[in-house]
Amino acid sequence: MKKILVLGSGALKIGEAGEFDYSGSQAIKALREEKIKVILINPNIATFQTSKTLADEVYFLPVNDYFAEKVIARERPDGICLSFGGQTALNCGLELHRKGILKKYNVKVLGTPVESITLTEDREKFAKHLRNIGIPIPPSGVAVNIKKAKAVGRKIGFPLMVRAGFALGGQKSGVAVNEKELKEIVKGALAISPQVLIEKYLHHYKEIEYEVVRDSFGNTVTVCNMENLDPLGIHTGDSIVVAPSQTLNNEEYHKLREASIKIVESLKIVGECNVQFALSGSDYFVIEVNARLSRSSALASKATGYPLAFVAAKLGLGKSLLSVENKITKVTQSFFEPALDYVVVKIPRWDLSKFTGAHEQIGSAMKSVGEVMAIGRSFEEALQKAVRMQSGLLESVTDNSFSNEQQVKKFLHIPTPRRLFAVARSIKGGVSAEDIHKITGIDLWFLYRIENIVKTEKKFQKNKILNKETILELKQIGFSDKKIGSLSGKTEIQIRQLRKSMEIVPSVFAIDTLAGEVPAKTNYLYLTYHGAHNDVSPIGKGGIIVLGSGPYHIGSSVEFDWSCVYAAIALKRRKKYSIIINCNPETVSTDYDISDRLYFENLSFETIADISEFENPFGLIVSVGGQRPNNLAKQLALENFHILGTKASDIDRAEDRNKFSALLDKLNILQPKWTSFTSMKQVLKFTKAEGFPVLVRPSYVLSGSAMRVCYDKKQLFNFVNKAAVLSPEFPVTISKYVENAKELEFDGVAQNGVLMIYGISEHIENAGVHSGDATIVYPTQRVYASTEFQLRKIAKKIVAELKVTGPLNIQFLVKDNRPFVIEINLRASRTFPLLSKAMDANFPEVAVDSFFNKAKKLHFQYPKGVVVKSPQFSFSRLLGADPILRVEMSSTGEVACFGRDYDEALLKSILSTNKFYFKNKNVLLSLGGNLNKAKFLDTANTLISLGYKIFATNTTAEFFKNNKIKCKTVRKAFEAKPNALNIIEGKKVAFVVNLSVENKNGDFIKSRRDTDGFRIRRATVDNQIPLFTDLHLARAFIKALSKYGIDDLEIKSYKEYLH
Amino acid sequence: MKKNKLSKLILKDGTEFIGESFGASKSISGEVVFATGMTGYPEALTDPSFQGQILVLTYPLIGNYGVPDKKFWESSKIQVAGLVVSSYIDTPSHHAMQMTLGQWLRKEGIPALEIKDTRALTQKLRDEGVTLGEIIIGGKNVPLKDPNLRNLVAEVSTKKISSFGNGRKTIVLIDCGAKQNIVRRLVARKLKIVVVPWNTDVTKLNFPVDAVVISNGPGDPQKVNKTISNIKKIIEKEIPTLGICLGNQLLALALGGTTYKLKFGHRSQNQPVVLSGTPARLNSRSGGRKCYLTTQNHGFAVKKIPKGFKEWFYNANDNTNEGIIHETQPFMSVQFHPESSPGPLDTDWIFDYFFKKAKIYGTK
Repeated sequence: MKKILVLGSGALKIGEAGEFDYSGSQAIKALREEKIKVILINPNIATFQTSKTLADEVYFLPVNDYFAEKVIARERPDGICLSFGGQTALNCGLELHRKGILKKYNVKVLGTPVESITLTEDREKFAKHLRNIGIPIPPSGVAVNIKKAKAVGRKIGFPLMVRAGFALGGQKSGVAVNEKELKEIVKGALAISPQVLIEKYLHHYKEIEYEVVRDSFGNTVTVCNMENLDPLGIHTGDSIVVAPSQTLNNEEYHKLREASIKIVESLKIVGECNVQFALSGSDYFVIEVNARLSRSSALASKATGYPLAFVAAKLGLGKSLLSVENKITKVTQSFFEPALDYVVVKIPRWDLSKFTGAHEQIGSAMKSVGEVMAIGRSFEEALQKAVRMQSGLLESVTDNSFSNEQQVKKFLHIPTPRRLFAVARSIKGGVSAEDIHKITGIDLWFLYRIENIVKTEKKFQKNKILNKETILELKQIGFSDKKIGSLSGKTEIQIRQLRKSMEIVPSVFAIDTLAGEVPAKTNYLYLTYHGAHNDVSPIGKGGIIVLGSGPYHIGSSVEFDWSCVYAAIALKRRKKYSIIINCNPETVSTDYDISDRLYFENLSFETIADISEFENPFGLIVSVGGQRPNNLAKQLALENFHILGTKASDIDRAEDRNKFSALLDKLNILQPKWTSFTSMKQVLKFTKAEGFPVLVRPSYVLSGSAMRVCYDKKQLFNFVNKAAVLSPEFPVTISKYVENAKELEFDGVAQNGVLMIYGISEHIENAGVHSGDATIVYPTQRVYASTEFQLRKIAKKIVAELKVTGPLNIQFLVKDNRPFVIEINLRASRTFPLLSKAMDANFPEVAVDSFFNKAKKLHFQYPKGVVVKSPQFSFSRLLGADPILRVEMSSTGEVACFGRDYDEALLKSILSTNKFYFKNKNVLLSLGGNLNKAKFLDTANTLISLGYKIFATNTTAEFFKNNKIKCKTVRKAFEAKPNALNIIEGKKVAFVVNLSVENKNGDFIKSRRDTDGFRIRRATVDNQIPLFTDLHLARAFIKALSKYGIDDLEIKSYKEYLH
Repeated sequence: MKKNKLSKLILKDGTEFIGESFGASKSISGEVVFATGMTGYPEALTDPSFQGQILVLTYPLIGNYGVPDKKFWESSKIQVAGLVVSSYIDTPSHHAMQMTLGQWLRKEGIPALEIKDTRALTQKLRDEGVTLGEIIIGGKNVPLKDPNLRNLVAEVSTKKISSFGNGRKTIVLIDCGAKQNIVRRLVARKLKIVVVPWNTDVTKLNFPVDAVVISNGPGDPQKVNKTISNIKKIIEKEIPTLGICLGNQLLALALGGTTYKLKFGHRSQNQPVVLSGTPARLNSRSGGRKCYLTTQNHGFAVKKIPKGFKEWFYNANDNTNEGIIHETQPFMSVQFHPESSPGPLDTDWIFDYFFKKAKIYGTK
């Protein structure tokens, strides 16, 4: 093997996120260590794996069989890795195999044989396979009438899950506990479907997972087992997961382990495999097998310190587990099962409130967008840490915002992201653990531990005695200083000082994979109050702490991890010891070989302060991990921790709206008119003077979005009164919303107030679409040189005034060639990896250099091509959410592709986030508003000339006919069939353009839900058809289509696009 | 929780670990050893090989699933002298639970301590080797006594001959402190098992013996002279023999091999052993190098392999001996526990391999 192709997973989306950057990066490193040339296909520009220094060649192209074949034909690799890029890579690989492309080019699949993967992907065949090797699977059967259903039911035994065949979304399904109920449900189901599926209902079964590794010699180990706190029925990605299992005895643990190994052996897996079980008493069933690296394997990897992806890649090359060194201990090898001497708790991070209309209930379909992992020496310690890590807003499981007992009851009964808190609150309210167990199915063991937290808090609340014994007990149970303070009427700092005076400080423990059995050379650390010693000694002044980004969520994703990783690498180059703090198991920054020391810990003041006081480093970098660490700058500086780069007081001048506004005025820089108000009277004064529309930003939001565009008084009143708190303590900010303006991003790094490097990129959509959701092009395409000149001038002024040292990002709004500053961030931005890669200049590295006054002004060349970034949305995963672009961000990831020109780059980029079929020449247009219609006229003509058949909803069709554009009128969604929905559901059209006048208007959610537009948009994403809701993007896309067919798109590696 | 200042673990060198007692109110001394398995505390506590030892469990939460019925134990009582954990869980949850761990320990009169920083203790034992120590509950001091000076095997072995299972073939299990799961695994193979005391001369039994299994057991193998000389006789009579753990060391000693004490022993469920002689590189005939994950619990190991024998397995981490096998005859032994319990079931095939070689399975 000399050259190997690795397939990535593309953009981050719900169900396929940062974990595949980790697994792909480890795989590439493992292969390169063997002197193998590595080719990577992955359009995700924000990932570490697509960096220039990792793979030999990177192709920023869609991960599908068409483009993969082109790359294979060009690169002629000897082998291909399918298991490091999630389901996307696996599907692509299977397609390449099925079409005979791998055979044609003589490309060998490394690791698990394709036949085995195919088998695991075919539900029916795989069930048969498992039955053949004696592994139990949930018994099931099919019936077409009640008599047959009864017979099937009797054979399986009650309770039974009954589903109507071919029905979407669980329609007419139900649980039957006796024959009478079975009869009723089957009757209902048969009314809408010719057949019913009857399956054993695994009510409140435990869900257990094993991560198995096997080499080609047949040696097999299970690296980790994990237990879901939530019972079966809640997707493991949406479950609280604990490692190792807590409630299994030896017999159960090894029974399931043996079954996992049996399955893996039967499939001749080479590499990694994940097996999921349902367990109740001594009864168990296999419910899922993933013959590839998965989210769970990333978690298992971080939970145990066993680098699963790295090892799997080595095994794929035919190596034995015995010949792969244990990278953590460096004295043992990879054939062993880690012994943990700690408890790991993973909690998912949801952002459901960011999606208008999305259902809150969680279940068998994953909805979370990220996760955190906490390590402790007790379950309570780990759980409470995880709760704090999750949002940064809660201090304890006992924190919650339930307004009444009825609400508590509701959230206890219905599984939602708030269930854990409803459990704690119910215990506090006197509901017994046994009753909660009956309702939720959560094992009593976990409930008793939560009860312990609640009881300890209650006990403390009663006497509030702050002696050494009590404080230590509270700390061991995972309470933060802030929480102890709020329970006893003290501040966080008061408690901190008190506890330090009592010498209550956390111990630093290492994760060594062998529970202390061998002296391991490990840098993987956590804090615990269950210790009396430290495993390591402080690094001291040679060390620098880099704060990570915490869990991925909407607005903070892999791009910030990328900056952290490069900051750590740059520190190494500067001969400093990097100390990363992060709590996100899906990241590369938490990999074993990125930093000199890794604290898998929370990004809170308390934890960072504890680590800083222990390590006594030269300083902290708060500006590469996104907003979460950036927010901590003020408090850390106040407590005299040395922050590298821009002073905390200057960061505050940029963050505080009033101060920043005054600064812009002082520097004669334009900004949209704004004010902050605490009464409706003040607001009316503003709107009278400035007019509508306005952008409204409350400082405290009750529910839903934090920002809203209001077009009239009624909308404004509605939003402020219903969704926000308006009081002197929580003022609401209102600013003039500038329509039809262009938005530009200015990213750079400065040193002592002087710009060292910068780049300007342009939004394709008009201002009003959140920059995280915008399609962005670099270099700018429609911007005057004079505008760029002005931007540079303004940036220089601000940078000098704030004496910036380190990264910065300024967002500009340009109207009539006049730039307005709308926001400044004195930290690395989302666009850092995009610009760094496009400009071939590493911004985080320059930032680190600037901290040491070593940065040099960089003269860069424009790339040969153009790069376009597209957002990835996960609406199809979120039932009920309205897939429309708004001022608030809702995308979960991004891709970026290079091209000869703007059109080519845009096309590739859109192909990377959508399934687009060039051969399908039908399109559905639904254009709301006269202006939209008029502005689309030329584009519609382009479509006709490209041979497209236009379907248009009634007013759009009427307009087209008046303008002599041929189209077919379709009825509205609520009208008789065939209507717009039928065309979408029948997958008749290649893409859908749906422009609505109330686009930027987040109001009237309820009424909008039922509008034609909502139903069209929803059906489009549900059927995985490309959807355009922005006029400018739709026009740009169609223009690009007119210039390039799929065969015209050039296949070039990243390096070829650089000068 | 009020810390009972009088509960502590004191090592021979004077190091103290203050803790909270959750077992019997009784002071004891013993050899302090640690084990890293994450499940299986009822099995470990009843393993006779731990006789005389104070067991430190590195997994920090112990007691999670309580204690099951006696029939699941490895012997009829708790064998450890004392137990040390980081955190004891007094609110277990399990369908097979009969009582809590604390209740069990108190019932059987075994002291137990919760000391939080078991990691510091483990690291000390790892770096400095196992040591003697005492658990002091309620201030009562006890003299430090080295259990390895005693004949621990005689203490834990059965006093009478008993038999289990039905089968045409009879296997004698020499009980040096046998784990019950050895009997269970043999009975499951449709064999008749006769368990005899440690000092029984098998060649003088009044029934035909088809094969002998020498069990695991506690302490220094060189203290078990009687069994060693009996094994010599068995081998002279060419009765097929399988040794397990202590049985491995006794077989080696009986035939001219030697043993020595390890610094801190192997006490875990994740010990990798390599089948000797399997090639490092994969080829279609051999299947390449084979490695198994095993449960181990021993402080002594075989050094010199007796004449006529070869190394069967070795430890992948420290290359110590993990088993010996005779070049031609059905005499073999393993340092690990093919019966597991607690731990992985990966080497259960050792029994089948032995019985095949011993022609117990006939031509099958």
